[in-house]
Amino acid sequence: MTKYAHALRIGGVALLALGLFGASCKKKIDPSEATPAGSGAAVDDNKKESIQNIGSDTMVNLAQAWAEEYSKVAPNVSVEVSGGGSGVGIAALINGTASVANASRRLEPEETEKAKKQSGKEPKEFMVGYDGLAIYVNKQNPIEEISLEDLAEIYREGGKFNKWSDLGVKGIPGAKSDEIIRISRQNNSGTYQYFREAVVGKKNDYKAGSLDMNGSKEVVELVAKTAGAIGYSGLGYATPDVKIVKVAKKKGEPAIVPSIATVLDKTYPISRPLFMYTPGEPDRAVHKYLEWIMSDAGQKIVEKTGYVPLSKK
Amino acid sequence: MKQEVATLGSAARSRTSEAPAQIAARRRRVEAVSERVLEWLIRLCGVSAILFVFGIFFFVFREGVGLLFGDFSLRKFLFSTEWYPTSHSNVRYGVLALLAGTASVTVTAMLIAVPFGLGAAIFVSEFCGKRTKESLKVVIELLAAIPSVVWGFIGISVMNPLIQDVFHVPVGLNVLNGALLLALMSVPIMVSIGEDALKAVPDSFREAATALGATRWQVVYKVLVPAAKNGLLAAVLLGVGRAVGETMAVLMATGHAVNIPHSVFDPVRTLTATIAAELGEASVGSPHYQVLFLVGILLFSITFVVNLSADLIVKGVRKG
Repeated sequence: MTKYAHALRIGGVALLALGLFGASCKKKIDPSEATPAGSGAAVDDNKKESIQNIGSDTMVNLAQAWAEEYSKVAPNVSVEVSGGGSGVGIAALINGTASVANASRRLEPEETEKAKKQSGKEPKEFMVGYDGLAIYVNKQNPIEEISLEDLAEIYREGGKFNKWSDLGVKGIPGAKSDEIIRISRQNNSGTYQYFREAVVGKKNDYKAGSLDMNGSKEVVELVAKTAGAIGYSGLGYATPDVKIVKVAKKKGEPAIVPSIATVLDKTYPISRPLFMYTPGEPDRAVHKYLEWIMSDAGQKIVEKTGYVPLSKK
Repeated sequence: MKQEVATLGSAARSRTSEAPAQIAARRRRVEAVSERVLEWLIRLCGVSAILFVFGIFFFVFREGVGLLFGDFSLRKFLFSTEWYPTSHSNVRYGVLALLAGTASVTVTAMLIAVPFGLGAAIFVSEFCGKRTKESLKVVIELLAAIPSVVWGFIGISVMNPLIQDVFHVPVGLNVLNGALLLALMSVPIMVSIGEDALKAVPDSFREAATALGATRWQVVYKVLVPAAKNGLLAAVLLGVGRAVGETMAVLMATGHAVNIPHSVFDPVRTLTATIAAELGEASVGSPHYQVLFLVGILLFSITFVVNLSADLIVKGVRKG
C-alpha cells in the first residue's frame, strides 16, 4: 500500500516535472505563442499548471465536480483529484506531495506541528462548504427518528443497544434477525473521526464488530442491501434505495431532517464544515482555484452535488 | 554446455572449410565469451531473487521491529482482540481478532477448495478425454487470471444478497462469502499442481493395478493418490498460501469487522485487509505504522511457514 502510494507520489511529481519542462520548452521554442492577443499581461496564464488535490473520500465527488467545471473556466490548469480519506490527504500535506488537501475534519494540532516541522510552512485552512452527516437505514425499516443518545448507545464501545427491539423497532420486513448491523467507516476516515467526536464521544471508542467500509458510497450501498443495517454517510450520497432517519439532539426534542436549510441554521445536530488545506501560502494557480471555489460559481456546484454551500454573508 | 560449443564450432568449421584457421579460432573465442556472459547473466537473475526476498524481509523487519523495544507488550499484541489504533483515549493494538479472521476465512476456503481442487485434478489427469482435458485446462487457467478486485466485486454485488437469501442471515458480507471467493481463486493452483503430481506417477503403476483387476476408481484411490500424496499435499499448501495472502477480495467481501467469528456467517477482518486499509494513512514512523509492519511480519511468517512446508514436501516427492 505504501509502495503504491509512494509510486503514485513519484508518478505525480514526475508528471508535474514533465509538465513544467514541457511548458518551459514550448516557451523557448516559440515565444510568440506565450503572448496571444488579448491577454497581454497574463503571460503566465498560458503555462500548463497542475494542482494535486488529494484527500477526503466524503469530498471526492465534490472535488471532482469542481475540477471538471474549473477545466472549462481555466483550461490551462488541470486539477488532479484523488480520494483515500482525510487522513491520506493530511499525510500528503505533511509529506509535501499535495498542493491542496481535502479534509472533512479540522487538522489536529499535532498534525499542524508535524507539517510545520517537515516543510517549515504552516498549513493554511480554507472552509469550502458544509456536509450533513445523514443516518441511513434500509428502506424496509419502519424507524422514523432517532436521538443522538440512542445512536451513541448503538455505536459506542459498551453501549447498550444491540437489537432493533431495544429501540422499540419490531419486525423489519426482510431482516433475518433482530440484530442491528452497524456500518461504519475505516479508521482513517474523517467521517469516522467526526462521528466519533459528535456522536460516540471524543473520549470513547466504537463498539467492535461494525462493518468498516472504505468509502462513503459503500456505506449507503451496503445499507440498501442489508435489511437490519444502520450507517452514517454524507448527505450527498443519498440514493432512493435507502431511508434517511430524522435526528434529534436529545430525546424528546424535535427530530430534524438533514437538508441544506437545517445544516445552515445548525438545527441539524450532525453537520460539519469541509476544508481544503494548502502547505503554506498557496501559489497563484492554487489561490485562484480556491477563490473560484468560494465564489458563487464554485458554491453552486456544492449545492448541485448534494453538499451544503457556505452561507452568504 | 562445452560439448555444445564444440559441436557448434565444428559445424562452423565445416561450413567455412576453406576459410583460414584464424577466423575459426576467433569465432570460437567470441562464442566462448558470449557463453560466459550469458551464464553470468542467468546466474545474476537467479541470485537476484534471493536478494529481493532478503531485501523485503529486511525492510519490513526494520520498519516494524523498533516497536518491540519500547513499552510495547507483545503478549497484548498477540492475545488481545481489541484493535483501536486511532483511539483518542486508549490506543490498543490487539490482533487476535484479525488473526482469527484470517484463520477462519482460510480454513473455510480450504474446506471448500480442497475437495473441488483435488477432485478436478484427478478428473483432468485420469478420467477425461483429451479434448475435454484441453478445454478444461484453458478454462481453469482463465479462472486463475481473474483479478482479485473483480472477485471482490462479485462478492459484494452477487454473493452478498445470495448468501442473505439462501441462508437467512442478516449480513451477506461474512466469512463464507470471503471463503467462497478464496476457494475459487485457489482451486486453479491446486488443479494444475495436483495434476502434475498425478502425471508424475509412472504408468507402470496404473498398468499393474489394472492388471490385478482393479477398477479405474480403485486405481485412483488405492494407487495413484497414495503415490502422489506429497505432490497433492504441496498443491493444497500452495493454495493455503494464496488464501492467507489474498487482500483485495477479502477486504471487500468479508465485511471488514474486527470480530472473533462464532459461525461462518459472521463478518470478520483479516490481517491483510487491515494493512491495506490503514497503512495509507498512518504517518511514517508512528506507532500505528510500526504496528502495521509488525502485522506484516506476522503475515510473512505465516506464509513463510506454509511455503516452506510445501517446499519440503515437494522435495519429499522427488526423493520418493
